[in-house]
Amino acid sequence: MTKNFLEKIRGENLFLLAATGACGVLAIFSPGLAKNAATEFFSICVKIIPSFILVFALMFAFNLFSDSEKIKKMIGRKAGAKGWLWAIAGGIASSGPIYMWYPLLADLKEKGTKDGLIASFLYSRAVKLPLLPVMIFYFGAALTIIINFYIIVFSAINGFLVEKIIKNK
Amino acid sequence: MQFKKAFIQTANGFRQFFPVVLGTMLFLSVFIAAFPKEMYTSLFGGNKFLDPFIGAALGSILSGNPVTSYILGGELISKGVSLLAVTAFITAWVTVGIIQLPAESLMLGKKFAITRNIISFLSSIAAAAMALITFSIISV
Repeated sequence: MTKNFLEKIRGENLFLLAATGACGVLAIFSPGLAKNAATEFFSICVKIIPSFILVFALMFAFNLFSDSEKIKKMIGRKAGAKGWLWAIAGGIASSGPIYMWYPLLADLKEKGTKDGLIASFLYSRAVKLPLLPVMIFYFGAALTIIINFYIIVFSAINGFLVEKIIKNK
Repeated sequence: MQFKKAFIQTANGFRQFFPVVLGTMLFLSVFIAAFPKEMYTSLFGGNKFLDPFIGAALGSILSGNPVTSYILGGELISKGVSLLAVTAFITAWVTVGIIQLPAESLMLGKKFAITRNIISFLSSIAAAAMALITFSIISV
């Protein structure tokens, strides 16, 4: 019966069930910690709402205006250097938590985007233009520029390696 | 009509990933509550070679706004942790996601998620090392 139940529910629901179960166990054995976790959870919820709206709007715009053939040309399997530039620039421009971008990237992957370009996008997210002043405050202007330069370089290397490894597996 | 179709398509995509995001947020909340920020400094032992790995590992597990990683990085430097370890820490903070790994696997594929996170982990140390070598050359 348990097996039948597990087969019926999809992977994503099973994941949520596991997370809820873990929180339930925590509430029984450590109510104080569970209370702190709940406070943290609501604080994340509040922070995440703008990203939710942004990703929904972007996905909607993609679904409304995107032409699969155009996307394939820009960031598809045969996309050249421009594809890498698009992926890195997109990663730098993106904001919000990394997991908010998974559905859009999964959508693009389905439409033919290379794994390497998705990896580059996710790595170049480490460059946070609006947060540069904060970074400069803590690490100085020279080191901040150098770190961000190498993050961009490594996002291309990262994408290239992911593409090679996944292709060869 | 096109508008309605696009909306339904987007809503369906969202419905599929909503449990994943919610689950990730729950795990993340428990982790943040269980391991307060004050604990992190004690993890670094002052080893030149080991500390960058510890920094990258810590950054891979922790998550949140990158500003938090800069503030924590600043605190770690003031406590004597090496700049290399801190740079690896702030880079891995955004690029590697251990807690998000199940969500990434579900949405983008297990092979992709594992490969990408391993390479990103190593890249965060390599990028930090390259940045500091360049910085030391420029500073001379």
